[in-house]
Amino acid sequence: MVGQRRAREGRPAGLIPPLVLTALLLLVPFALDSFRQQLAAKYLCFAFPAVALVLVWGYGGILSLGQGLYFGMGSYFMAMFLKLEAAAQDNTGSALSQFYGSSLPDFMVWNSVEALPWWWRPFHSFSFTILAILVIPSLIAFLLAYANFRKRVGGVYFSIITLALAAIASIVIIGQQGYTGGVNGITDFKTFLGVDILSDIVKRQLYFLTVFALLLATLAARFVLQSRTGKILVAIRDREDRVRFSGYNPATFKAFVFAAGAFLSAVGGALFTMQEGLASPSLVGIVPSIEMVIYAAVGGRLSLTGAIAGTLLVFSAKTFFSEHVPEIWLFLLGTFFLLVVVFLPSGLAGLCEKLVRAEWRSRIGARRSAPASEKVGRGLGVSSPP
Amino acid sequence: MTAILRIESLAVSFDGLRAVDGLDFQVEDDELRCVIGPNGAGKTTLLDMICGKTKPTAGTIRFQDHEIAEMIEYEVTRLGVGRKFQNPSTYEDLTVLENLEISYPEKRGVIGSLFFKRDRALMDKIDEVAGQIYLSEHLHAKAGLLSHGQKQWLEIGMLLMQAPKLLLLDEPVAGMSPRERELTAELLHQVSGGRSTIVIEHDMAFVRMIAHRVTVMHQGKVLAEGSMEEVQNDDRVIEVYLGH
Repeated sequence: MVGQRRAREGRPAGLIPPLVLTALLLLVPFALDSFRQQLAAKYLCFAFPAVALVLVWGYGGILSLGQGLYFGMGSYFMAMFLKLEAAAQDNTGSALSQFYGSSLPDFMVWNSVEALPWWWRPFHSFSFTILAILVIPSLIAFLLAYANFRKRVGGVYFSIITLALAAIASIVIIGQQGYTGGVNGITDFKTFLGVDILSDIVKRQLYFLTVFALLLATLAARFVLQSRTGKILVAIRDREDRVRFSGYNPATFKAFVFAAGAFLSAVGGALFTMQEGLASPSLVGIVPSIEMVIYAAVGGRLSLTGAIAGTLLVFSAKTFFSEHVPEIWLFLLGTFFLLVVVFLPSGLAGLCEKLVRAEWRSRIGARRSAPASEKVGRGLGVSSPP
Repeated sequence: MTAILRIESLAVSFDGLRAVDGLDFQVEDDELRCVIGPNGAGKTTLLDMICGKTKPTAGTIRFQDHEIAEMIEYEVTRLGVGRKFQNPSTYEDLTVLENLEISYPEKRGVIGSLFFKRDRALMDKIDEVAGQIYLSEHLHAKAGLLSHGQKQWLEIGMLLMQAPKLLLLDEPVAGMSPRERELTAELLHQVSGGRSTIVIEHDMAFVRMIAHRVTVMHQGKVLAEGSMEEVQNDDRVIEVYLGH
């Protein structure tokens, strides 16, 4: 009898919301012009860190204010690969490049960098690049998180560390212009494995790839949350001290979920660079990192699908406000965010859930002509209704 | 009889205050021991040191063949020491079933837990424990919705899932109604079979119901030890504790 009936509350919602959202997203290219489709693609890339924050913040209880760092790693690794491919075909900087005997990325030539730095070289290889995107950000995140959590540094202190690291990363990128492209970022790509990435057909294919990757990310995150690991994460979030006396080491669980968040963010970053043709320090620092938290908060930090919807909504609001009221759009966006935080602490997903549950209750109530009580008897001798 | 727990000249001080001061203490296999004493006698601190929450400044704690004084909480737990806290500490956002499930002492790593499947053995165990702690009908309720007494039982149930060899209970009947106290006494009789248990309690009627032997602590030391009757008639105990 046990285990057949599953509790509904406190769980990530069923499969229907992510599948419905995916279906809607798949229709976008047929409904919107290519400019809008491009915008949608860009927004979806930022949904990856938002989904990551549902895991890390919503369920893991770790408020990461530096998700842009991992997004940026994915983005820059992909950019390095694309730039090297572009440089190999390029002829604008070729006079100098040929002089130095190798095809250097243009910004290096402009900054009088004479040879490709050693840490750029592996990014000639496509498989290395993919491996780097999938492994390096999550590995760094794991080590960083484990070192802190093992020493029981957590909460606000850890949030500040993540924030500082994101800030440092963007400052280093801007400072090391010759190696990183500086404040302009890395841009001006042409092909991806020989395929023209600027053509509409490829852009559409990349859009579909992004939608599917996002669905996969959501399903993987859902798997984690529904496993026993997910329940232990909730337990750690609410009572970390107690979890040790259940025989678990909270540091490894927290480091794991933080690394998983870095993984998803890096994938989003890589997809962003492929579609936008840009890696920029303005996507690494504090502002984008905090915006990512806003996407998750608006959508609902306990809902994976909500986080995606939240990202799309905030971006759409951004675009709408900036197109229609360019003078005050930031104020409107801020007001919107404050309203959500004050009146909807569990975001839009929380609101939807409430409405669905109310509807469900009233239907059951009508059928049974008695209110369905899910309350547990307080104290002895009171048992819940059958 | 062999001692499952052997504590020698244990001491800890917080900012110069000696909470536990040269304590010698021993618990036998299968024994149910009650520790009583006035507030500030160091009872809870003693449990904190056994389960790894507080590190002693001096002395040794041997649990079976392991020196555990310097171990981290989850290492001590994995050796078979279960701790129940004074305030009920359950995972309130999880259901009763899930609370019991994550207390099951298997696959405690991240990856193991990721692919952990509920099997027959686990579900049988959960059914059994839920019955023992009077919560069979509330398996799918969130722990946060339970009454205070039910939360206390759930926490005892979580310990039973862990199947510890040594069970440490800090005031298990605090805040319970008289009827709940009786049921808890019955529960403790059941669960203490086959394992050693240390109970800290202020309620003397409750102690009388359950204890094999009683240790009285005072100012971080053992003041007296023996059967309930012996302890109750001890002049020093009457003076510092029972007299008022």
